[in-house]
Amino acid sequence: MSHVQAPEASVRPTKNVHVELTVNGEPREFLCAPRESLLDVLRNRLGLTGAKEGCNNGNCGACAVILNGVPVNSCLVLGVEAAGAEVETVEGLAKGSHLHPLQQCFLEDAALQCGICTPGFLVSAKALLDRNPDPSEEEIRLHLAGNLCRCTGYDKIVRAVQDAAKANT
Amino acid sequence: MNDFDYEAATTVDEAVSLLAAGGQRARVLAGGTDLLVQLRERRRDADLVVDVKRIPQLSEISYEAATGLRLGAAVPCYRVYGDAEVAAAYPGLVDSASLIGGWQIQGRASLGGNLCNASPAADGIPSLIAYDAVANIAGPQGERDVPVAEFCTGPGKTVLERGEFLVSITLPPQPAHSGAAYQRFIPRNEMDIAVVGVGAWVQLSDDAKSIKSARIALAAVAPTPVVATEASKWLSGRPADEATFAEAGELAKKAARPISDLRGTAEYRNHLVGVLTRRVLAAAVSRAQAS
Repeated sequence: MSHVQAPEASVRPTKNVHVELTVNGEPREFLCAPRESLLDVLRNRLGLTGAKEGCNNGNCGACAVILNGVPVNSCLVLGVEAAGAEVETVEGLAKGSHLHPLQQCFLEDAALQCGICTPGFLVSAKALLDRNPDPSEEEIRLHLAGNLCRCTGYDKIVRAVQDAAKANT
Repeated sequence: MNDFDYEAATTVDEAVSLLAAGGQRARVLAGGTDLLVQLRERRRDADLVVDVKRIPQLSEISYEAATGLRLGAAVPCYRVYGDAEVAAAYPGLVDSASLIGGWQIQGRASLGGNLCNASPAADGIPSLIAYDAVANIAGPQGERDVPVAEFCTGPGKTVLERGEFLVSITLPPQPAHSGAAYQRFIPRNEMDIAVVGVGAWVQLSDDAKSIKSARIALAAVAPTPVVATEASKWLSGRPADEATFAEAGELAKKAARPISDLRGTAEYRNHLVGVLTRRVLAAAVSRAQAS
């Protein structure tokens, strides 16, 4: 592929696209421009602000969601790509006021300070426990390597995931 | 990121037509982990993004021990290491697929996309070259095959002509007593770009004591991933032992033309080529002996 000199910002008219998908088990629909990420759509068009924008380039994991069973960074998925998909966000973890074991353990183990990274950690950890209910510490650290926390360090987070795994079994 | 139109092609022919109509301002979207970042940072631009993940040939893995592996260009990394048969037959690919970004990146990023992105430091390309993989390309003039070793022409540049795109990558069937491995050096445990990466494939003699044939490929030591030709040829007929691996490491340095940058000096990279070549040969031989 040849590099093309970046031109001035395009003034082409944008065609909004109608997208239907399932979010946390509920059928949802939205209109969005093709350039909008799934993260943009979740936050700005569907009112689901749990997923956070940290780096917006796939490094920090604060925007993690589960797309058709696979954890992904929603900043690196276009909203239009999610047509027909099943998306799970952090909002889907608690059942009413009943917290998911991971959420309960994050609270009890003080596995957060500012909280910006927490939804991404919860979603990635849920995806891990869905596949592997009894992960080793190394497996937990490996599967959370794409989630960055700049407050607590990682030990309390890893411990909370271990405790949640114990609570589940 | 500027505004663009989005089309999800469902056949190879449809993608070819869309890309032909879009011309230079059309971009192919597979996992998006490179493209969306580049569009956002205006390192690339697009008026049309053609999503190829809904084309069956791009999302399929087909493997038979007798005929080898055909890996759709948009198959995400997690499906490569998640396929038990493929993982057992091509452990070098597993090494690469499990090193590209973290888990959330591997859910989207594909080895085909890693190849088309043509980073000199790509973790996927040395393994593909070591396995003697072939890139299957479709375009306005029809289909053509290019060895992966010749696919990249410079940083971010490939042999793909306007309107062409990568459909799949084929890897030959694996003979008895063969194995491969990929390792990279980074200054931390996870989530970084290779200072140097080395992939190696070996086939051993029937008694598994000497090397019948080998192929070594290096990353992050030249404008494109490169084959260490002299080292690879020299290995034929040599005993499969540490002295051989170390000597091959010295020969592999001859293929490296590294630059000095923030990740490491040229001198350091040359040293790493020797160390990593020795280590990946040992790992590949050990897998070949176990196969």
